[in-house]
Amino acid sequence: MPVGKTIRVRDLASARSGDKGNHANIGVVANDEAAYGTLCSRLTAVRVQTHFQELGVTRVERYELPHVLALNFVLYDALGGGASRSLRIDTQGKLLATSLLDLTFHANAFENE
Amino acid sequence: VATLRIANGAGFLGDWLAAPRRLVERADVDYLTIEHLAELTMSILARQREKDPNAGYAEDFLDILRSLVPALQQQPQLKIVANSGGVNPPACVRAAAKILTAAGLGATPVGCVTGDDLLPRLPELMSAGCAFTNLDTTESLQTAIRHPQSAIVSANAYLGARPIANALAAGARIVITGRVADASLTVGPAMHEFGWQWDDWNRLAAATVAGHLIECGAQVTGGYSVDWQSFDLADVGYPIAELSSDGAVVIAKPPGTGGAVNCRTVVEQLVYEIGDPRHYLTPDVDCDFTTVEVVEVGPDRVALCNATGRPATDSYKVSLAYRDGWMASGQLLVYGSDCREKAEKSARILFERCKLAGYELARTQVELLGYGAGVPGAWLWRKYQTPGELVLRVSAHDPRREAVECFVRQLAPLITSGPAGLAGYAAGRPQVRPVFAYWPSLVPKSLVVPQVEVRKAKEWN
Repeated sequence: MPVGKTIRVRDLASARSGDKGNHANIGVVANDEAAYGTLCSRLTAVRVQTHFQELGVTRVERYELPHVLALNFVLYDALGGGASRSLRIDTQGKLLATSLLDLTFHANAFENE
Repeated sequence: VATLRIANGAGFLGDWLAAPRRLVERADVDYLTIEHLAELTMSILARQREKDPNAGYAEDFLDILRSLVPALQQQPQLKIVANSGGVNPPACVRAAAKILTAAGLGATPVGCVTGDDLLPRLPELMSAGCAFTNLDTTESLQTAIRHPQSAIVSANAYLGARPIANALAAGARIVITGRVADASLTVGPAMHEFGWQWDDWNRLAAATVAGHLIECGAQVTGGYSVDWQSFDLADVGYPIAELSSDGAVVIAKPPGTGGAVNCRTVVEQLVYEIGDPRHYLTPDVDCDFTTVEVVEVGPDRVALCNATGRPATDSYKVSLAYRDGWMASGQLLVYGSDCREKAEKSARILFERCKLAGYELARTQVELLGYGAGVPGAWLWRKYQTPGELVLRVSAHDPRREAVECFVRQLAPLITSGPAGLAGYAAGRPQVRPVFAYWPSLVPKSLVVPQVEVRKAKEWN
């Protein structure tokens, strides 16, 4: 475990996730401008892809909506075939946002686990 | 009109049936929209139509309409726009017209929007050069599916706001459509009431943002929120978008209802199920969400401004579904300190018995619910102890129905011929269901002809 203060994404933002075919998206809404700035620098597409690696995500695209302090992550091929073909309990990626909110980081960088 | 109040009473087929009635009882709105169609819903409705030519629409709409009869009698301004027609809007219109006529509302003009159903036109469109290339995989339909004509169960273009506006202009009080873009259910009334031009991209964008925000019902008024402890959701108010003729939008909910409308609920929904926020594409406009600004203007009232739009593309999105074998899932409760090993062993026994019966299943999945199965691999394992019980969920998908039938028969025997500590089989054998795989594509707008027919309710049957 890292030393020092640990912050969860949950402390900085709320989020919700959903599906588009076999892709998922996670919208992350920051609590304030400072939190938005922190998320922009720390919550990178690479970090999100690593977090959801085991889902088979092939690519993560991050989009910024600075006026509303939101980030949108599109997770390609995240849903095991999508709502119609997926064998998973969460066919539509409804749980991904909750999982992302549990990501933690400390002083300078996101933990790797 | 100066301000138009457009509410949404359903976000999907299966949403809270009482929501539309509760909404119009507590707020005077000009339009009530009902959004019943998800990607998968069309293929399910298509299968119902195969069995019965008078089926294939969202039957929930009929229950909703019955519940709205008093409001339709008492509120002359109230109109309804619903995509509940599914793959069979005329059948939905006829059934709705019967209800209205029986309630003494036979003079109500009811509009039917069709033309989105491309299934009967597929051979014609394919020979006209439409490859129906998969938007995700770039495969052509012909190469990916061996017998497209028999494998495809539904093919629907997402129509836009124009046929809805046309139906309203022809006097319809109730408009029932098949597949239209969700946001267009709101854009149609706005275009009709305000008389905006069809190339007024910023106003089209404003109405599209409003439609996008309310299309999922309570998701913008406190539903699906991480702040669920902050408000009561039992009596959650479904959303109302107030549109002004200059394109200003306020999101609100009926007074005295549960839930909340604040910047967070609105922005979370703004970014819900979108791709590139600079290009939210509908048949009506190419909408830029990144210019949108939000501000709280009162209790449970959020104003949005500065939505910007660019010209719509020259294609309609098409959602196709094709037969892709059979699927089933079953669950057992596994109890005890050794539940994880026991669950994994039980799953192995089950699939081994399928093999003994001669079936190697094409795709299978084993999930330990209660042990991080919700988001595989992204669970912070070390923070949690092994639970004393979990739910074993096993699933299978195979082109052969008999293989999946064999699979579902292996679950119950585990109770007596598997490890001790399994329970929860009272519900019976899991259902084997057909799989309809999703195929997103495009079709040139010039090849699709939306149609509108408006008649009095009593003249529909």
